[in-house]
Amino acid sequence: MKKYKFNRPWEGYAFLTPWLLGFLLFTAIPMVLSLYFSFTQYDVVTSPKWVGLKNYIDLANDPRVHKSLQVTFTYVALGVPFQLIFALLLAVVFKNNIPGIRIYRAIYYLPSLFGGSVAVAILWRQLFNKEGAINQLLSLVGIEGKNWIASPDTALYTLILLLIWQFGSPMVIFLGGLKQISPDYYEAAEIDGASKVGTFFHITLPLLTPMVFFNIVMTIINAFQAFTPSYIISGGTGAPVDSTLFYTLYLYIKGFQHFSMGYASALAWVLLIIIAIITAIMFLLAQKWVYYDE
Amino acid sequence: MKVKQRRNLLMHFLIILFGLIMIYPLIWMLSASFKEDVEIFQSTSLLPKNPTLNNYIYGWKGVSGVSFGKFFINSFFLAIVSIIANILSCSMAAYAFSKLEFRFKNTLFAIMLVTLMLPFHVRLIPQYIVFSKIGWVNTYLPLLVPKFFATEGFFIFLLVQFMRGISNELLEAPRIDGAGTFRIYMQFIMPLSVPALVTVAIFTFIWTWNDFFSQMIYLSAPPTFTVSLALRMFVDATGESSWGALFAMSCLSLVPLLFIFIVFQRYLVEGIMLGSIKG
Repeated sequence: MKKYKFNRPWEGYAFLTPWLLGFLLFTAIPMVLSLYFSFTQYDVVTSPKWVGLKNYIDLANDPRVHKSLQVTFTYVALGVPFQLIFALLLAVVFKNNIPGIRIYRAIYYLPSLFGGSVAVAILWRQLFNKEGAINQLLSLVGIEGKNWIASPDTALYTLILLLIWQFGSPMVIFLGGLKQISPDYYEAAEIDGASKVGTFFHITLPLLTPMVFFNIVMTIINAFQAFTPSYIISGGTGAPVDSTLFYTLYLYIKGFQHFSMGYASALAWVLLIIIAIITAIMFLLAQKWVYYDE
Repeated sequence: MKVKQRRNLLMHFLIILFGLIMIYPLIWMLSASFKEDVEIFQSTSLLPKNPTLNNYIYGWKGVSGVSFGKFFINSFFLAIVSIIANILSCSMAAYAFSKLEFRFKNTLFAIMLVTLMLPFHVRLIPQYIVFSKIGWVNTYLPLLVPKFFATEGFFIFLLVQFMRGISNELLEAPRIDGAGTFRIYMQFIMPLSVPALVTVAIFTFIWTWNDFFSQMIYLSAPPTFTVSLALRMFVDATGESSWGALFAMSCLSLVPLLFIFIVFQRYLVEGIMLGSIKG
């Protein structure tokens, strides 16, 4: 394509000015500051006091950090794969324009639309209560359910379920990817007498790997930062016995309830490093399994 | 043929069944919002015995003397200003990245893409401290001002993807006629990008409407509360005693999202796809 070269050099920067300013004021400078704060003791009222690596050493020995990492990793490791598998399965079902597809797709997308809201978090808290709707249904078949939200061994799983429930948005991305696969491939497969399952694993899935990769990266990054459900369901504490203490919730407690801004900044940087490492690993592994058509 | 028909029927049945299971919680909440409090936890029926609007009337009164009407106005205000801010600032940046030539363009674009993956927590604390020092806490400024500076990188990315698809030949004619870079932006790029801009508006609306974390951090006075914050306060204030009213307001809080979804479904779906296709 021909390059479009008629603008004066400064005009590009003129249009980029808001973004450049925003990047400096709201990203670059705050990041430098928070890195600095992470080496200090800072309660907002008095000025920051340099403590070197103390926050990071404390953090490495803080049992609540360990617990919150364990909770968050469990949430990501169980929630993300199931969410994406459901998304992929349903996308394959909806790929063929079956009658009623628009309504089906809309219904399956609803949880993604509402899922991040406080309203749904409140609903979830009620659903899995002792007298909640889930136990009402269970009682119909004679099972007496417990209070799923208040039991430390099940509370986190209700949140994982809430994450999986929102598979509509990756499903739509998969649908977009499926629509781009040329029908020629399928015709060729049919002529060769390939089975449906074989076609899926040898044609659909390889051609869809860029979408799969995109979904994995974005879902993991977002899941690491989940906050609202754990805050609402646990009343902002991570209860019961820290079983829903998400990493971001602990960061909030440290920064905005205890006003340990230095410690919270260190937590934020550790989160950044974790996400960066995981993203880097995924990009490295991607070379082995993601297939680009060009 | 008969086998195929039967299989099709079975598939529809399964899709509907699974779909119903999925939205059962939402239907349950809607039904509970029309039930009397005692009935909510006693009957499993989705049809209220004595349908009542009391939950809505009681809930609408709000908390701390502020009615839900005010909370809705606050949420709408935030959402609308955010939409305007995002459309203006992100389209300018996207225009520069997709159609203009300047030094370090690729480097800057790469930086922009990296910021997409940064957890906002590394910016949160310094931002909060600065905003509180200049007296912006308990105003909407910390939630709105950054949006005028194209801080939502995802939308820049989405618009860049779209604008790259606008053919340069199309823009050459007005250019030869003497249209400047700014006029091309106003008279050609913006009108041609309307579908993508609608997508930006919809996502901005949904995200602002569902936002909880930043609103909670910056707003602590009930008259400034948004719907999200009001619901949270409602839980704290009434405890678990008036579930009916809580569900009624929760349902109401989802209505604007549902409305947007029904009206703009096409843009939403296309936007999600556009944002994910490798550029």
